[in-house]
Amino acid sequence: MPTVTMTVNGMERSGNVEGRTLLVEFLREHLGLTGTHVGCDTSQCGACVVHVNGTSVKSCTSLAAQADGAEVTTIEGLANGSDLHPMQEAFREHHGLQCGFCTPGMVMSAVDLANQNSDPSEHEVREWLEGNLCRCTGYHNIVKAVQAGAKAMGGGS
Amino acid sequence: MSANGSGIGASVKRKEDTRFLTGRGRYTDDINLPGQLYGYILRSPVAHADIGGIDTSAAAAAPGVHAIFTGSDMEGVGGIPTGWLIHSKDGEPMVEPGHPALALGKVRYVGDCVAIVVAETREQAKEAANLIDVDYQELPAVASIEAAEAEGAAQVFDEAPGNVCYDWEVGDRAATDAAFDEATHVVSIDVVNNRLIPNAIEPRAAIANYDPATGDYTLYTTSQNPHLIRLLLGAFVLGLPEHKLRIVAPDVGGGFGSKIPHYAEEAILTWTAGQLGRPVKWTCERIDAFKSDTHGRDHISTARLALDADGKFLGLHVSTKANLGAYLSTFATCVPTYLYGILFAGPYTTPAVYCEVKSFFTNTVPVDALRGAGRPEATYLLERLVEKAAVELGMDRVEIRRKNFIREFPYQTPVALQYDQGDYDATLDLALKASDWAGFEARRAESAARGKCRGIGISTFIEACGIAPSAVVGSLGARAGLYESGSVRVHPTGSVSVFTGTHSHGQGHETTFAQIVSDMLGVDFEAVDVVHGDSAKIPFGMGTYGSRSLAVGGTAIYLAVEKVIEKGKKIAAHLLEASVEDIEFENGSFTVAGTDRSKSLGEVALTAYVPHNYPEGLEPGLEETAFYDPLNFTFPAGTHVAEVEVDPETGEVEVVAVTGADDVGRIINPMIVDGQLHGGLAHGIGQALLEECLYQDDGQLQTGSYLDYTMPRAADLPSFNINHNTTLCTHNPLGVKGVGEVGSIGVPPAVINAVIDALRPLGVNDMAMPATSQKVWQAIQQAQG
Ligand code: FES
Ligand code: FES
Repeated sequence: MPTVTMTVNGMERSGNVEGRTLLVEFLREHLGLTGTHVGCDTSQCGACVVHVNGTSVKSCTSLAAQADGAEVTTIEGLANGSDLHPMQEAFREHHGLQCGFCTPGMVMSAVDLANQNSDPSEHEVREWLEGNLCRCTGYHNIVKAVQAGAKAMGGGS
Repeated sequence: MSANGSGIGASVKRKEDTRFLTGRGRYTDDINLPGQLYGYILRSPVAHADIGGIDTSAAAAAPGVHAIFTGSDMEGVGGIPTGWLIHSKDGEPMVEPGHPALALGKVRYVGDCVAIVVAETREQAKEAANLIDVDYQELPAVASIEAAEAEGAAQVFDEAPGNVCYDWEVGDRAATDAAFDEATHVVSIDVVNNRLIPNAIEPRAAIANYDPATGDYTLYTTSQNPHLIRLLLGAFVLGLPEHKLRIVAPDVGGGFGSKIPHYAEEAILTWTAGQLGRPVKWTCERIDAFKSDTHGRDHISTARLALDADGKFLGLHVSTKANLGAYLSTFATCVPTYLYGILFAGPYTTPAVYCEVKSFFTNTVPVDALRGAGRPEATYLLERLVEKAAVELGMDRVEIRRKNFIREFPYQTPVALQYDQGDYDATLDLALKASDWAGFEARRAESAARGKCRGIGISTFIEACGIAPSAVVGSLGARAGLYESGSVRVHPTGSVSVFTGTHSHGQGHETTFAQIVSDMLGVDFEAVDVVHGDSAKIPFGMGTYGSRSLAVGGTAIYLAVEKVIEKGKKIAAHLLEASVEDIEFENGSFTVAGTDRSKSLGEVALTAYVPHNYPEGLEPGLEETAFYDPLNFTFPAGTHVAEVEVDPETGEVEVVAVTGADDVGRIINPMIVDGQLHGGLAHGIGQALLEECLYQDDGQLQTGSYLDYTMPRAADLPSFNINHNTTLCTHNPLGVKGVGEVGSIGVPPAVINAVIDALRPLGVNDMAMPATSQKVWQAIQQAQG
């Protein structure tokens, strides 16, 4: 089995994986980082979004081998110690989560948007979240949270 | 009750959020047990077949495989039970066929469980399952109500002729017929309530363990009601006593009704773990969730409304056919009956109401509760019919509703319910104002100038939540009580653990319940934690559904806190050398009335656990449990207004505004309440415009993935305009009613009424859900001839 090595949340991690092992399986099952979720098998729900080299990626559709040598950030790596990341803080402040299952993917996806656009309009946020399903919130508060989080980030993570 | 910064009425930020936001939630699939094996459930690819034989030899020899079990292995195990016995019009009990956890001799829907393969890894289990050779001898299938009731239709069960499970009724038929005899106008409507797939974003999962040394079983499962699962799985399926069966529903990623039922997989996993003496884990893939999570709704109805010359409702007659799917799921039978037929008075004074419901078995996934469960179906029918009546009689659609509102409370409906309180005019007025109903024609003209058809729709509705006195539901066929337990443990140093039998899977109970307790006890919000979801920790519980958690579970907690205070008064009286009657409790202090002599709750708690100086005869400790059996349903009510813009060229419907004016009783946490409303509205708009579960005639699921089943996405929805007018529930001490289902109950008819309003100038007078662009475009083409 090939070995993959990547920097996950700032730490170098390696593992032996099969060629077909998905990045999300590597994160959840090999590294025990269960904050990244799996909600579907057709790349539709976005519960699995992580950052690979700074951009959001659906970890259910990329192979672990593809991330060999990459910088990977998962939801576990976003906060600075016990200080929540501004996007996490915004989700909390605006009640942008209920059951929390879509949340890691939503937050990671939102951070990527905010990195590109520090003041997204409601319309831009709604369009950006095309690949993230939430069944609980009706998106209303997620949209508010993403806008506030993007502002708080001030154009950088 | 004092209003403090984190008490009742404050939008406190949620306790649960930090763990969810940092990836530290603990959902079932996040749990791994030492030595665990993985189970894969082989499902039927055909809708109806005799199983001629199952050859597992190749699979058993595959790498990593530990065991394979099929229906015959589990033959001695009880079937999956159903929770509610319905009686037909003629007094006969419903037909209640067996439901083996693993199919025995026959499969009855695509997705039916056929075998479990247990292997070292997930992949090995799945690959081995592909090697199982099942001899399916296909039979004709019935995949819809129409097919099930057709002459000569295939039989899902031999014991259910015509595929009928029951033929039920509620209300006074003769009185209703008499009302129609007197009527000046009769308006009728045919509606279909589309079949939906719940699609909580967390797929179901379970991990079962058996400890041969103690005989203890543990099942972690994605459930809304762990104690109910313990009852059904233990007492009915596996024959295990409660003290040997622990059910844990940890963090659960949404339920919406689909995680109420006791599923076959829970029984299969637990039994398999017992056979192997090792933990077995199973996680449903989304593709299997589509064909194995219970589905929702699926009604065909025809209804007539009798009116006098002034538009007063005289009588309502409803005939409904409901699809129950291939087996009777836990609450399947009561959803289209006692959660549906008894809603037909709505907010109106209609003196005579009659509803009959015939429910059918089909070769489809079992149908059970889905957000609203029965009440959205009733509300949709009623509000479409009332709207149609206004149009046919040439009346204003707001005035026809107002003319018929109930204004005297308590109000006894002709279909069994007694409404305790409400103010339907107030929510209507609020909604009209907040939606700028009066300014609509100007907006319509503005849209028309851009070539768009704009429409506005309204629905005024009630719901019945917090079901219901146990004795009442028992007399109607429920096989369980519907009370709730709450325990409050004040620790020696004054912090508090609260134990509730309800389950939070997004609703924020850990916050709301802590607010109530912190407020009542005068304890810091941070010093109160709420524990739920584990049958080993919580005395008992019926779980979370039907917007019951606060009204029933919250009340149990309230009563437990009152008991704590009562006991605390005895301890304080002793310490203060006063009589118990003179002790008052406020803001965390026990005070001798009229003096400044007091003891804090912390001092009293410490004394309770270090009882050196203590009242004679009083038990040490400061912990109380209350079981609360509700006195009545609660009746949230409201008005929803939807405004849509239709592109007549493409048929595309855009929801441009949604306004809710809701009376959900006392609000503990406004932020959470509004969030619940948003979620319900999105679900309701999804039903109205996007979502539809379709089967082919042969019982193959056509909408079996997110590529075929349209979930509402952020760009499909507007922001919501939420407003409140509160009347308090009169029969629980907090005055609370319930909020989780409001949106999905109230909004679908408002959306469809708006779509029809938009299209009426083009000659379109009817529209079925979901109003997809294709359907709307076709309707326009047809109307234009
Ligand atoms: S798990 Fe659904 S998109 Fe990745
Ligand atoms: S918060 Fe539950 S799916 Fe989004």
